[in-house]
Amino acid sequence: MITKRIIPCLDVKDGRVVKGVNFQKLGDVASPVELAKYYSDNGADELVFYDITASAEGRALFTDILTETARTVFIPLTVGGGINTTDDFDRVLKCGADKVSVNSGAIRDPSLVGKAAKLYGDQCVVLSVDVKRVDGAFRIFAKGGRENTGMEAIEWIRRCVGAGAGEVVVNSMDTDGVKQGFDLELLEQVCDAVQVPVIASGGAGKIEDFITLFKTLPGVDAGLAASIFHFGEVRINDLKAEMKRNGIPARI
Amino acid sequence: MVAIIDYGVGNLFSLKSSFAAIGQEAAVTADPEELKRADRLILPGVGAFQDAADKLRRSGMDQALKEEVSRGKLLLGICLGMQMLFERSFEYGEHEGLGLLKGEIRPIAERIPVGLKIPQMGWNSLRILRESPLLKDTREGEYVYFVHSYSAVNCDDSLLAVTNYGTALTACVGKGNVFGCQFHPEKSGEVGLRILKAFCETGGRV
Repeated sequence: MITKRIIPCLDVKDGRVVKGVNFQKLGDVASPVELAKYYSDNGADELVFYDITASAEGRALFTDILTETARTVFIPLTVGGGINTTDDFDRVLKCGADKVSVNSGAIRDPSLVGKAAKLYGDQCVVLSVDVKRVDGAFRIFAKGGRENTGMEAIEWIRRCVGAGAGEVVVNSMDTDGVKQGFDLELLEQVCDAVQVPVIASGGAGKIEDFITLFKTLPGVDAGLAASIFHFGEVRINDLKAEMKRNGIPARI
Repeated sequence: MVAIIDYGVGNLFSLKSSFAAIGQEAAVTADPEELKRADRLILPGVGAFQDAADKLRRSGMDQALKEEVSRGKLLLGICLGMQMLFERSFEYGEHEGLGLLKGEIRPIAERIPVGLKIPQMGWNSLRILRESPLLKDTREGEYVYFVHSYSAVNCDDSLLAVTNYGTALTACVGKGNVFGCQFHPEKSGEVGLRILKAFCETGGRV
């Protein structure tokens, strides 16, 4: 049976992993290439590289890192951050990315998802959304969560999937950083709305949060997290062993 | 030397890198003549069947490929490249494939239970049906990475391994000197590298 995927997310700025990474055994690891290799050797099913660089130099550094990672890591790589045009797709795909995630770029230019899907296939286009409750409604936020677009979240996701997004990363701003579990209410609505794979993000604090996620919502295909993996609070191999014990299909 | 056939479909960076990782010389080539100099051929591919088949024909690679295979050269098709080894595909109409293997490509939607997502995207395990040089170092139940909405049916005696996605779907095929993987060995971690290595090591036929 197909397994539920566990995906660490690496935020990269000026060539380094931000948020500080500290493994009990590895010590400080800020090299994205090294960290990617570590995760790939220790149970990660896929990796997300998120480019939070603003400068052109940083961007060039990012593509170098991506190239170097794709040379040594042989699991699927998704790249996000600063993807505004199909040229941006082209740039990261040439460096070895398998999928490209769009967020603000799709909000700015709603035709981007469709154009990219036509050029590179649906499986290559990942829609990433930052969602927050405003007056009881789920709203889409842009620019790294700084700007309320006023758009209704489920409607926006449905529209982008209709245009060709092959996968959706749902990041709940309400649960992100709180470490009290994923936003099951939001995720359930997304699973009901679309047929493509759904990746849950935001809120994982411990192994049980992933177990609850996959047990409550069988429609969720993957769980994504950053700092709990980086800081060694949750080790992916332990998480997967626990998933297996709970009857959740996991690649071990 | 392994020749990775470049006919303008998909990204070949990871494939090339994975051969480097197993210490195997590999060249990405768009030149039909270069296939003669290689001792093994890789036919990759992502995207739509018809578009890929047209591009392969226009590049002249289809004839060059068939010629080399008829001389006994080893060929491995990956993902859409594997699907093109068969007689025909029913992806948006009916399209002719290379016809190197018996069988056809049909939508998985026709066969999997309702409720499962399409494409099948993610890691699934292999059930090995028959011994072959391609899977000589692969164990039953090992996981590989799939992304596909279509799969090969009526493969006859070329079927080597299947994967369970509500029903058994073709995962690996091989007959004579022609092999294929529906999954992406270049994205299947250490298991995938072992399969590519086995392909590079085999001298014989299935």
